[in-house]
Amino acid sequence: MTNRDLVNEERLGVVVSGSLTKGVEVRLDSSTSVEDMVVGRYVTIEGEKRRFFGMITDVTLEATDPKVAVTPPDISDPLIAEVIAGTTTYGKLHVSPYLTISSDAVSILEGPQPVKTVPAHFSMVKLASQRDVELVFGSEDEKQFYIGTPLDMETKVCLNVSEFAKRSNGVFGKSGTGKTFLTRLLLIGILQKQAAVSLVFDMHNEYGWEGRDERGHKVKGLKQLFPSRIAIFSLDEESSRRRKVNTDFVVKIGYDEIEPEDIGLLRQTLNLTEASTQAIYQLAREFGQRRWLGSLLSMEDGEATKELISKLNIHESTYRNLRRGLEKLRRFPFLVEQAPDNSVQRILDYLERGINVILEFGGYEDYAAYILVANMLSRRIHAQYQEKMEKAMGDDTARPRPLVITIEEAHRFLNPELSEQTIFGTIAREMRKYNVTLLVIDQRPSGIDDEIMSQIGTKITCLLDNERDVDSVLAGVTGRSELKSVLSKLETRQQALIFGHAVPMPVVIKTREYGSVASYKEFASPASSERRQKSEKDDLWAE
Amino acid sequence: MEIVTKVGEVIEANTKEFVAQCYQLHEPPPLGSLVKTKDAPGKIYGIVYHAETHSLEPGRHPIARGEEAKEEEEIFRNNPQLAKLLCTDFRALVVGYGEGNKFHHYLPPKPARIHNFVYLCTLDEVRNFTRSLDFLSLLMEANLAVSMDEIVAASLRYFSQAYDDQQAFLVKAGKELALLLSGELKRLNSILRRLK
Repeated sequence: MTNRDLVNEERLGVVVSGSLTKGVEVRLDSSTSVEDMVVGRYVTIEGEKRRFFGMITDVTLEATDPKVAVTPPDISDPLIAEVIAGTTTYGKLHVSPYLTISSDAVSILEGPQPVKTVPAHFSMVKLASQRDVELVFGSEDEKQFYIGTPLDMETKVCLNVSEFAKRSNGVFGKSGTGKTFLTRLLLIGILQKQAAVSLVFDMHNEYGWEGRDERGHKVKGLKQLFPSRIAIFSLDEESSRRRKVNTDFVVKIGYDEIEPEDIGLLRQTLNLTEASTQAIYQLAREFGQRRWLGSLLSMEDGEATKELISKLNIHESTYRNLRRGLEKLRRFPFLVEQAPDNSVQRILDYLERGINVILEFGGYEDYAAYILVANMLSRRIHAQYQEKMEKAMGDDTARPRPLVITIEEAHRFLNPELSEQTIFGTIAREMRKYNVTLLVIDQRPSGIDDEIMSQIGTKITCLLDNERDVDSVLAGVTGRSELKSVLSKLETRQQALIFGHAVPMPVVIKTREYGSVASYKEFASPASSERRQKSEKDDLWAE
Repeated sequence: MEIVTKVGEVIEANTKEFVAQCYQLHEPPPLGSLVKTKDAPGKIYGIVYHAETHSLEPGRHPIARGEEAKEEEEIFRNNPQLAKLLCTDFRALVVGYGEGNKFHHYLPPKPARIHNFVYLCTLDEVRNFTRSLDFLSLLMEANLAVSMDEIVAASLRYFSQAYDDQQAFLVKAGKELALLLSGELKRLNSILRRLK
């Protein structure tokens, strides 16, 4: 046993009360300092028959005599201070047990199991050892991706990426807490373990070629790390060229590709009235689904127009409002009368070949452009997937590669008003049925429809301090109030709480490093780093 | 090895305590010190909680004699009978007994016998006896004429002399007291303040 193991095996205290639903209370030994106990750390509880694995979710100060609070003892006397600490006044931990680790044959085969009971009175509580953590969170292999380390430990916390990609997932956190870094890691994980192909709608051009960290230093994007497995699509060729990014394809969208529903989503952004959105459908009936926008934008003010709108029973002011709103679309150079190439087909071709597509928005950091393009492309890609999937089911042929669509600022698509209309609402709800899932990135999760939130499989959240956001992320999770205290105490950078489908229990991690030369190397060839570690381990044993 | 000092002889005994008369007038063992009787089956340990010097005959009270004397010792020099007419007694609360090398921190099966010699324990013995602090509960529960808090503090101060790290012993004992006195913060505080 190494030195560190010995330290980790130190006894913290004993279980004094608790329940399965509320977690157990642990009275700290007087030798344990309350200040060393950090919310989010792992402990093991040695029960009579099995070991419990849990997380510290709260730390409280207690006193045997309530009068201590009224007349505090004279702690300027070191003797009195030392005597009182841990006896009359003591620390108490609130521990939520999540898993049991037993030593019988079945549990060794099946790994840690969810808890169904609580440890007996006065069971000993220790800090979890590296080995325990490894047992629970696995080690890196062809399915598990190393995403970070637990607090104050060097063990790896691994995410089961193939399970992860099977459902829609969310990355939350207020701005500047490292959502983008986490997302890059997740995308690399999905790519590395070949769990799915990704389509990223990259609003701020951070994923493809290069991004910047908080201090303004450049960090490599995915294309630089995996040149052959990533294709960068761009909406704004100019901007890409200025940033010296080699784009694989420039996306142009024809007016004929925009459907009335797409504009419906932009109602608020384009400042359209309800009547105007209704009018679009009338116009689409008049001109046809594919020609309405082009025709409308080319309409001249004159008698013919007046006649037409009166024929369609559209009010003059409604028409003006609609016209004003849609004129804004002309500002987007990527919208053209007739697109030279079929962007959707191009994206699908790349995805089919297993190449991940990152669509940069260049200079169009505009919600209207983002919502319009992301929704339109996803809708059509989803339709194709649906078709392929149904065909595959009918013919018993190979199913299309699982696809993960990454969207930022998700509350703009998935808010309660729009989630019924956007394709993303549908994808989130129908889950893995058609092999398409979402990776939702957002800083205001409270803006996302509750129904969608409840469908999100794994939630990875950095610090959130708005009460409503915290509530919405934790809605429906067991042990909610405990996790809430953990979540609100995360550090602003490089820390995240992961819970849900892809991890056996909620876990606070210090995010894996991204940005150093060594980290790039490890991403590029995880196998070699594993081999290296293995040989290091062998060396250790050899000694 | 320290010399075992014989300090007196038991003149009254019951299960809970014993009274011993000192061989030397005015020289009882210090308050809170650990004394023992060496009896055939085992030793009985007690903590000195009270000492008193009085006239041997209840009817004869001492009177003031030193009006002419320059020093107090002169009184005793001029009246050598005084040393025989006065005596010093001390009372010890039984806190355990020993059989062979084993200590039991609870009451002995039989009380001490009259005329048992009483010895002051050496520091080695004190250290061995106080390895377990269970005697504190016997001490705290005793209902004596003297303030128990005083006795506890005095004995802990006395015992701490047997340790190299006095502070560590006092902290350990203090923590034991804190457990016994949970809910009685004021009392705990007053004892702890007397430990200095």
